[in-house]
Amino acid sequence: MSEQSHGGPEHSGAVEHAGVEESGKYAIDNPGIPPHRPRLADEDPRAAKRAERQVAVLFGISIIGTVLFFVGYFVVGQIGPDTEIGTVRLQNMLLGLGTAFSMLGIGVGIVHWAKTLMPDHEVSEARHEVRTEEDRQVAVGMIDDIVEESQFKRRPLLRNTLIGAVALAPLPAIALFRDLDDSDNRSELATENFGVERLRHTMWDSGVRLVRDPTGTPIKASDVTIGSAFHVIPEGLNELPPTEHLNQKAKAVVLLMRLDPQDLQISPEREDWNVDGIVAYSKICTHVGCPVALYEQHTHHLLCPCHQSTFDLTQECKVIFGPAGHALPQLPITVNEEGFLVAQSDFHEPVGPAYWERG
Amino acid sequence: MGAWLIPMSTSSTTEYQASTPTGKIANFVDTRVGASPMVREFGRKIFPDHWSFMFGEVALYTFVILLLSGTFLAFFFDPSMAHVTYLGSYKPLYGVPMSTAYASTLDISFDIRGGLFMRQVHHWSALLFVAAMSVHMLRVFFTGAFRRPRELNWVVGCVLLIMGLAAGFTGYSLPDDLLSGNGLRIIDGVIKALPIVGSYISFFLFGGEFPGDAIVGRLYILHVFLVPGVILLLIVAHLFMVVVHKHTQYPGPGRTENNVVGYPVGPVYAAKAGGFFFIVFGIIALISGLFTVNPVWNYGPYDPSPVSAGTQPDWYIGWVDGALRLMPGVLGDFSFKWDIPLPWGTNTLAMGVLLPMIPAAILIGTMIAWPWLERWVTKDNREHHILDRPRNAPTRTGIGVAGVIWYCTMWAAASSDLIATHFGVSLNDVTYWLRGIFILGPFIGFIITKRICLSLQRKDREIVLHGREAGVIEMTPDGEFRERHERLDDYRLYQLVSFEANRPVPAQPGPDGKISGGEKRRAKLNRWFYEDRVEPVSRAELAEAKTHDHHDVPDALAATGSRGTLEH
Amino acid sequence: MKALSQKRRHPIAGLALLLLGLLITGGLYSVASTMNQAQAATTGSTYSAEDITEGEKLFNANCATCHGYEAVGTEDGPTLVGVGAASVDFQVGTGRMPMQMQGPQAQAKPKQFNDEQTAQLAAYVSSLGAGPSIPDEQYLDTDHEDVDLGNGGTLFRVNCAMCHNAAAAGGALTRGKFAPGLDGVSEKHIYEAMVTGPQNMPVFSDSNIKPEDKRDIIAFLKEIETQGSPGGAKLGSLGPVSEGLFIWTAGLALIVGFMVWLTTRSS
Repeated sequence: MSEQSHGGPEHSGAVEHAGVEESGKYAIDNPGIPPHRPRLADEDPRAAKRAERQVAVLFGISIIGTVLFFVGYFVVGQIGPDTEIGTVRLQNMLLGLGTAFSMLGIGVGIVHWAKTLMPDHEVSEARHEVRTEEDRQVAVGMIDDIVEESQFKRRPLLRNTLIGAVALAPLPAIALFRDLDDSDNRSELATENFGVERLRHTMWDSGVRLVRDPTGTPIKASDVTIGSAFHVIPEGLNELPPTEHLNQKAKAVVLLMRLDPQDLQISPEREDWNVDGIVAYSKICTHVGCPVALYEQHTHHLLCPCHQSTFDLTQECKVIFGPAGHALPQLPITVNEEGFLVAQSDFHEPVGPAYWERG
Repeated sequence: MGAWLIPMSTSSTTEYQASTPTGKIANFVDTRVGASPMVREFGRKIFPDHWSFMFGEVALYTFVILLLSGTFLAFFFDPSMAHVTYLGSYKPLYGVPMSTAYASTLDISFDIRGGLFMRQVHHWSALLFVAAMSVHMLRVFFTGAFRRPRELNWVVGCVLLIMGLAAGFTGYSLPDDLLSGNGLRIIDGVIKALPIVGSYISFFLFGGEFPGDAIVGRLYILHVFLVPGVILLLIVAHLFMVVVHKHTQYPGPGRTENNVVGYPVGPVYAAKAGGFFFIVFGIIALISGLFTVNPVWNYGPYDPSPVSAGTQPDWYIGWVDGALRLMPGVLGDFSFKWDIPLPWGTNTLAMGVLLPMIPAAILIGTMIAWPWLERWVTKDNREHHILDRPRNAPTRTGIGVAGVIWYCTMWAAASSDLIATHFGVSLNDVTYWLRGIFILGPFIGFIITKRICLSLQRKDREIVLHGREAGVIEMTPDGEFRERHERLDDYRLYQLVSFEANRPVPAQPGPDGKISGGEKRRAKLNRWFYEDRVEPVSRAELAEAKTHDHHDVPDALAATGSRGTLEH
Repeated sequence: MKALSQKRRHPIAGLALLLLGLLITGGLYSVASTMNQAQAATTGSTYSAEDITEGEKLFNANCATCHGYEAVGTEDGPTLVGVGAASVDFQVGTGRMPMQMQGPQAQAKPKQFNDEQTAQLAAYVSSLGAGPSIPDEQYLDTDHEDVDLGNGGTLFRVNCAMCHNAAAAGGALTRGKFAPGLDGVSEKHIYEAMVTGPQNMPVFSDSNIKPEDKRDIIAFLKEIETQGSPGGAKLGSLGPVSEGLFIWTAGLALIVGFMVWLTTRSS
């Protein structure tokens, strides 16, 4: 406490001036801590009593808040299958208001107490150097002794072999993480390829029927009227085990739309990829992989809701706006003898975001 | 040898015996762990009081609330991606296939009393946690509190902010709902764009192909153990350094570089800081009771096919998402997907994804390195415990505002679709405008801010020299009307004059007597930093202004009978 | 301002002031489609000859400027031959037609024709060529015993949520177009929108989504609309953006208010 000086009336901080080195530095010298200005409660016992009552009331509000919490918890009671959403909302609100009053009552009460009744004299405390020169010299001396006693410098053989050992020792820990991806050991699908090759292939293949997502019902060409959009998965996807189902679905989802064939600008090699204006495109954005599911039937634009990449369906889903760097891959489709839409083959390029090995 | 000496020494002096029960317990603890020296050290430690110093406390308190609510949630949450059919209480999802993680999140919300409340407390606290850290860092930046000796604590703070983002993102993804699933898919797309290692990192992260069945469990252990553990350690280091350095203070009467002026920990500061914890908790509870956050029941379970309009990350990841949105993927016929022919085949660089990561790297890199950058430019290696008022460091303030504008532009871009629908404008136009602001905004912001700072400094000078406008119009004996000016008292005056206007430091020759190229560049930057400046009022100017007052104004004042305003 | 009045009706009136401040920041108001509830009771696809003649008169007076006589279409408006009664009932019944002015898309507004006139217009247009008719009452009955909310929600997310948002709050399309929020849209109009594909919305014909499935979707929408959010005020159901905006405005304002109070000296 000897290093502190009070700004209180009995020991006015106003006389404490800045250090000599600061004198004359600025237009006026540091006038010191302003004299303490007493508060109402410092001088008027009734004001102090009033502040005390206010704090007590605030603590009382906190108690009421805690009670309110229990009202919400026990009176509203257990929630479950028969509970209306409105009841869940009411309970949540009571728990929230109860906790809020409970906490704010305590918090505001304590702070009000501190502000009105506890002493508010500003006090000055000296700072110390983070490091004194004396400490530094002692520490350096100690470290020198420690290094010397350990003989670390005198025995380079020990030092160098230790460095080598320590450098190598963590490597097993890194290798240990190799099997974070153990999927090639436990593949259930015979068709699955190793490593990045998996990103090139989807479930689509010659003759695989296009079916509705999520019901899995096949689609006749005649079902697809102009202006409609179908969200499509390959037949057989729903029969896969759950994880495999999601992994394959993440690559295979397709958007199927029908346009007036005259609106389509088709490059020569894709001429037989559509069925009377029915076209199928990968739904996975070539930017970072969100489903590009927004189809505007008059402008024939496909929009990704995540980053607004816009693809023009009439120009084979070329990018016309936004951050995607290349067109959506097209799925070549045809009709089988029963009139159902089927794929001619897999996609001719990897679907989804570009990656290093994509080529 | 010393073992038998100790009883002897204690027997010679009588040990203190406590009389009350509390005293006995306190004495027991004290004699075992030595609490007395700690009380002596901290009991009356001084902390300066200013509202802007409390954002760090808000961050600390929200972190405590996060630990408390998170522990509750962990008792009920099941981080498994095993497939189940939901048969719980929320009817619009009844019978829908989903992961166990999502189902248990719904159970917490609809079948456990207080579960929904705790979820909302946890999520709102997380949003406030990062917001409080951000504002705290802005305060530290704009007041120059990062300068020596606090550079390392600034870095710890930066890492805390980054860990806060990590904690937030790992938590956001846990419920395995449609919104967070699409967020993960975006992360996967960004990772895959990394050259050479991208695809493999993606496979390692997801345990194979996206989405796999491993990611939620992996993020869970990061979210509940590793990341909060690191945050906790860093908070300890952060607070330890605050104690070592003692808190900074704003310039003002009685405050010097060698002292700290404020209130002692016990009782005032402890009461205020302790009470503030309850206040923060109360505010969060109030918000959580009344406002929905992250309504996972709306989004449905993750499925790679659907997506919701308005798919956005939580606000603190928004700026990175916004950078992705601002980047054009193609310009005319030029695509930013580069196929590079190499001897072994063609490899692909998705520059449309990689380039938007550069602003993020620049912002974070500059933020961490700033104390050293500024020290190098200004050659100011002194300790600073008195803060800069932002206006008194116009160039730093300008740079800070430029950074904030850059960040906010990216941030706004992440909600471009909502800006479009809510203000009835075209989505595409919003993007075009934001691209423009992204490039020009920081420069304009810098120039305007610097000018504002200099103007504010000039206004301070005016006030020091001629007093403050009193809002009273007076008539002089010759019939002229003028506003009365009141001189400030010394306490107010000192605050306005006690700063240094740094002058440019010209290039210094090195030890070899030559001026190196780096030193020339430094001197150039240094001039840019300091050439526009407003000097504080000097002693002579103030004396001159006072004489001027006494010659000019007293008659007028005497006429109105208001003496005393010119004292000091 | 409609959203504001919605908030005011919320049970938590005590925080109305807080919300007001938030609303002024411009981030919170929901898309709040101004579609009005139409109570048209006309069902079935048979119209009397009198309806058709009355409808033709109305059409020639109000619609032919853009859509042409006999609804063959002009440069300003498409042909309506074959769009069906459902399309007319939707466009006129929600006030989208007649259009106030050319724009990115027709906006919902207070409707210009009463239910009878709307039915007459529908009768006339459907007489010009076959198209989707006004839906059967049984597919609009959201309390029907076969209704499966889970199925409705799943189909909504796959087919609709990408434009209309998972909580049906609406979303942006390209170049100023948007998908409206679906709160307050009648069952019939939702159904008609699906079968006719108004504006840029794709058509979801009965061969794509069965009428029973459409009923599930409508029932799902009505369920989430009437139930509201269990967590309290919905903040427009706009997701993380409105949540972030809220914590940065109202949340931090509360915190800073307490901070300032806490550090000012007591008088």
